[in-house]
Amino acid sequence: MTYIPISPAERDAMLKTVGVKSLDDLFDAVPAKHRFPKLDLPPALTEMEAAAHLADMASSNENVREHLISFLGAGAYNHYVPSVVDHMLRRGEFYTAYTPYQPEISQGTLQAIFEYQSLMTNLTGMDVSNASHYDGATATAEAVNLAYAQFRGKRRKIVISPTVHPQYREVIRTYSQGMGLEEAGDDPSADLEVGPEALTSLIDENTMLVIVQYPDFFGRIHDYTKLIEDAHAKGSLVCIVANPTALIMLKSPGDMGADIVVGEAQPFGIPLWYGGPYLGFFTTRKSYVHKMAGRLVGETVDNRGQRSYVLTLTAREQHIKRERATSNICTNQGLLALASAVYMSTLGKQGLQEVANLCYQKAHYAAGELSKIDGFGLCFMEPFFHEFVLCTPKPAGEVNQYLLDNGILGGYDLSKDYPALQNHILVAVTEMNSKDEIDTLVEVLKEM
Amino acid sequence: MATIVEPTIFELSSPGRRGVTMPASDVPETALPPKDLLRSDLPLPELAEVDVVRHYMKLSSFNYSVDSGFYPLGSCTMKYNPKINEDTCRLPGYLFTHPLQPIETVQGNLALMYEMQEWLKEISGFAGVTLQPAAGAHGEFTGVLMMAAYHKSRGDSKRTKMLIPDAAHGTNPASVGMLGMSVVTIPSDERGNVDLEKLKAACDDTVVGMMLTNPNTLGMFDENIEKVIEMVHACGGLMYGDGANLNPLLGIVRPGDLGFDVMHFNLHKTFSVPHGGGGPGSGPVGVGPVLVDFLPAPLVGIVEEGDDDMAPLYGFVTPEKSIGRMKAFHGHFGGGLVRSYTYIAMHGPDGLKDIAQYAVLNANYLQAKLRGTYKIPFDRICMHEFVAEGRFEGSDIRALDISKRLMDYGFHPPTNYFPLIVSEALMIEPTETENKDTLDAFADALIKIAEEAKSQPDLLHNAPSTTRFGRMDEVKAARELVLCCWLPEDYEQMT
Repeated sequence: MTYIPISPAERDAMLKTVGVKSLDDLFDAVPAKHRFPKLDLPPALTEMEAAAHLADMASSNENVREHLISFLGAGAYNHYVPSVVDHMLRRGEFYTAYTPYQPEISQGTLQAIFEYQSLMTNLTGMDVSNASHYDGATATAEAVNLAYAQFRGKRRKIVISPTVHPQYREVIRTYSQGMGLEEAGDDPSADLEVGPEALTSLIDENTMLVIVQYPDFFGRIHDYTKLIEDAHAKGSLVCIVANPTALIMLKSPGDMGADIVVGEAQPFGIPLWYGGPYLGFFTTRKSYVHKMAGRLVGETVDNRGQRSYVLTLTAREQHIKRERATSNICTNQGLLALASAVYMSTLGKQGLQEVANLCYQKAHYAAGELSKIDGFGLCFMEPFFHEFVLCTPKPAGEVNQYLLDNGILGGYDLSKDYPALQNHILVAVTEMNSKDEIDTLVEVLKEM
Repeated sequence: MATIVEPTIFELSSPGRRGVTMPASDVPETALPPKDLLRSDLPLPELAEVDVVRHYMKLSSFNYSVDSGFYPLGSCTMKYNPKINEDTCRLPGYLFTHPLQPIETVQGNLALMYEMQEWLKEISGFAGVTLQPAAGAHGEFTGVLMMAAYHKSRGDSKRTKMLIPDAAHGTNPASVGMLGMSVVTIPSDERGNVDLEKLKAACDDTVVGMMLTNPNTLGMFDENIEKVIEMVHACGGLMYGDGANLNPLLGIVRPGDLGFDVMHFNLHKTFSVPHGGGGPGSGPVGVGPVLVDFLPAPLVGIVEEGDDDMAPLYGFVTPEKSIGRMKAFHGHFGGGLVRSYTYIAMHGPDGLKDIAQYAVLNANYLQAKLRGTYKIPFDRICMHEFVAEGRFEGSDIRALDISKRLMDYGFHPPTNYFPLIVSEALMIEPTETENKDTLDAFADALIKIAEEAKSQPDLLHNAPSTTRFGRMDEVKAARELVLCCWLPEDYEQMT
């Protein structure tokens, strides 16, 4: 009865109104032999006990604020979240509201999403943004759906760079297994030294979409302008999977000519949370807006002449178009879109530039110091933002284990996804890493 | 009426204004990348922290929420979400763990996920559970992918049809559409059950399976459920349960025991993860024995057995014929699983049954109070929701007008125009967390509105009139399509 506000007397009165004798009598339609199973679950805890139990379990983890110095990124990043972000998220008016189907009493959610859409399009240099996806990987898979719909199934090839996040590539494969697509480029044993031009020769008249990452999974910054021109010359669309923190500093994908820009907005005000929930963003050109999955908020006026906002272009969606909908997506990440909007608003243009610059400066300091250690070095020559590949004298797994024994969460072991990269660690450095932490990492590796 | 609109965050911006600042760099400076790799402008707002807080506080005051009132939105299960969940999910051990940390350093997370898999199996009667899917519809897609993979693994390639009742959520056919399967719609009979004759006619060796919401979106528990499942199985199909309506089944009946092969759980509905303006949700999927090997990877398993002195070592395992990965990392851990785990732990087996019983009591009580005033097309004992018709003989009042008028009485409206098979549908789901007084007040308001519909129809046509915003011009929004805002044109010149 933990959260049920009905007294026994009220219950009895209500049963009488319904016309049944007991609560159990409400379930006569349920097959008798399966009715009221005995559930083998632990007995109920009180709030006090539950709080202690959950705290116990949480404290048996080693976290990256209290126990471990972290240089792990690879798609999830340890950034500072200003206090104001969670204060706004904890407003019950935001977090206990539903999808804004009734706009007259949902303007808070609607305007917040409208502003989130605006922030994301300005950041990526695109025209339109939807109200968000589950995460960066599923947003990328939905870009494939958009391209498939755009060409009505007449083009069936996608070209994926092998330096798109490995888990994103897996999700694309899971999503598209019913479409009968041809894939090219996604070969982990490909020459990883070459730049985006290696993909150009794979693009042909049957290619519907080219997918690249920016900075790529190895942290390298490529200008994709030429690749996009070549892809457009063949009639193909191009999707860039971008890191939002890097976009604060770097040339926007819109300026490069991208057709779709997606990515993971977790770095913008969302905790690591052991991998989720995160926030997939999805932006594109206005011409593709009718093919885009997910919720969209548009501006309008109410019958009193006030500026207001509504969910719009809903005819694309599953509750109207059913099996012919652009996708089955029904939800968005509303609360996390709010988190990211509050994050961007609170840091503002200048604060965001400071975050990006700190990430860049500290990562480059770390890369410089690490590459001075005997046997270590930077594996790639291209410019990078806040993540880089460190070549190690021993297998990455051994190096990381040694670091962990010394209280350091090392980088991502690239041999897990690229068989040729046995001695390669992807190191991420953010504004959260002090010079002392970086120096400690260098010292520990020197002693190894 | 005086204008009360809130400027956008861009309009509130002023050049040079600062919010939270970052520390100075403590490392020697490195030159930036070449200029042609840098962006030339960053058109984002500039505000002080107080500006930001007041802006979002103002926006929050424009929202109706469960914390502020009754939200009987059918099929969405908008129950009260315990506040303790908000604290547990923000414990530093959960907030600050990275999804790619070595398993030895995150045994607390993995133990929680493992137990959650076990609990959901026990609650639903399934043999395996994946926590990875990010939302209900994502879970559906996962389920349909597994159903397709199952048939394919048996070399059965001619199955391309999914049977879906006419009362189903739109996500069901859309999930099927994503895999290029075709949908065969099965009508409901006069008692709100699946029409067995029509089902029989559709069952053949091209059937992938059936996606059934039970209780369905009319609020009815299918009285022939065992027969329906038997018929689908007999033609070689698999049975998908849409778990959106699981709330009234907790401790009442386990879908796995009834013979369902696969079902998703909407943690945000049944297990009190707040919906947050639409999300994040969370959509774990349970499966029967035939689909266990197809679950998406990774699952949490015991990789080293424990003993008296040692806890087991939890880690990740990949099922033999896995359909692959549904999203990056493991699922909606922090904002989903931790909240739901807290909730289930605080209820235990008896508490779960209470939830279902009171959710059903509240729905039947409201239905009984409204009977006679509103037509209830499928009028028998309902489960956690029921559907009434929002129209009256000789009146042009529609369900939408009734919904908008309810706002003037301080209530969130029910779901409108769904399910599609009831004309002017008002789909009402009170949930177990409402008291009798609230239900009485809501019923009184609906009865009063029915009277107004006859005596003062314009009150309804023009509603809402007491809310801060009136009815929106949705056609204008779609036709003129303004989807984002920018800084004012002369922004840089402003001081």
